[in-house]
Amino acid sequence: MSTLVAPQRTPQAPGRRVFVRQLMGLPVSLHVRAVEPDRPEIELAAGRVFAHLERVDRVLSTWRADSDLLRLQHGELDADQAHPWLAEVTDLCLEAEDRTDGLFRAWRSRAGGRPTFDPTGLVKGWAVAAAAAHLETVADIAFSIGAGGDIVVGVGHGMLDARPIWRIGIENARDRSQVADVVTLSRGAVATSGAAARGAHIVDPRTGQPLSRPGSTTVVGPDLLWADVWATAAFVDPTTTRRLLEARDPAYRLIVL
Amino acid sequence: MRRITLWLASTATTLVLLFSYHTSTSSGTTTSISSPANGGSVAAAGSSSGPSSDSSPTSGSSSGSSSGSSSGSGSSSGSTQSSTKTYTGAAASTRFGDVQVKITVANGKVTAATVTQVPWRDHRDQEINSQAVPILNEEAVSAQSAHIDMVSGASYTSQGYAQSLQSALDQAGL
Repeated sequence: MSTLVAPQRTPQAPGRRVFVRQLMGLPVSLHVRAVEPDRPEIELAAGRVFAHLERVDRVLSTWRADSDLLRLQHGELDADQAHPWLAEVTDLCLEAEDRTDGLFRAWRSRAGGRPTFDPTGLVKGWAVAAAAAHLETVADIAFSIGAGGDIVVGVGHGMLDARPIWRIGIENARDRSQVADVVTLSRGAVATSGAAARGAHIVDPRTGQPLSRPGSTTVVGPDLLWADVWATAAFVDPTTTRRLLEARDPAYRLIVL
Repeated sequence: MRRITLWLASTATTLVLLFSYHTSTSSGTTTSISSPANGGSVAAAGSSSGPSSDSSPTSGSSSGSSSGSSSGSGSSSGSTQSSTKTYTGAAASTRFGDVQVKITVANGKVTAATVTQVPWRDHRDQEINSQAVPILNEEAVSAQSAHIDMVSGASYTSQGYAQSLQSALDQAGL
């Protein structure tokens, strides 16, 4: 028998540690690979990741009446007293609208009323990307965070030359028990938009109408914030988004399913 | 896009080995992750045929079918430890050639995996496989059963999590 044996690159096989929390109304899964996955600093860093997301929820939730975002919208909070993240996210939403030629838009007009500001479509990617920074300071780990279908993967301190492979399955939007494609990456982000899980929650900013078409759009690239924004834009208009991506953000790749 | 995929499913009595290999011409591949209840087993289908994972419940033998005709064989090497067995998966015929995987199971866990047959047809195959195969071997051992680490999909809520593939993968890793 011709046997092809893998060269042993490391004497100890890396183990895996999984943390799951429900935050921001989403399941957040954190997978850490390390030779010694039970090291206490890994658990501490995981705690910081979740704490960061909890803080984001307290400031920017569109569900919690006590969030800075809603208190500001209800006139209960002055803009200069709001958490600086609100200004940061507002700026990013404007930039996202600009970058996608309006295919991503955080302001939703209501008949007869002021437009409401709903940055949810950007906040998750922004928050998870920032939370991941807490893992980058941990030595000799590879990590992946999945937050309600959006993924960021990366490595910790001292792993610059390592290329740990993560296999990210992309859900088949027509049958959610199936995986339609697999993306492998060692650092970067994968974001998917579609109407399969929560119904028609993505609104076409050009018409104000919710989109209920089948399928999904996935964007793979360096930063989850922009992968997420581009995936949303692509669900609105895949053809235009593909053209914009090539021109403006060539590091991001679009997969339309 | 090139994809190298290894699918490995192992339960106490059921074993399916199938390795599908795609090069740049491959079209949509459909993979099903089944029965997360027994530890997140994964089955796969090559792009040339429909879902095609057969599992034979008899221990020590497996038959994965793609469009291939080879059948798997299992052999027990339990001379010293009765719980250590090696299994050779069915050769999966892909349109690029046959692929076959052998694994060693000790006390219900995959302790080693070796690709025994890969398509070596041209220079490009060699280049891809020489990189991919060692990774696959390593992955099979460390991940044991789950081939996919994470699932990206239309954002689901906490309520949807229990039924999600991600939940199965989290359980396999816990």
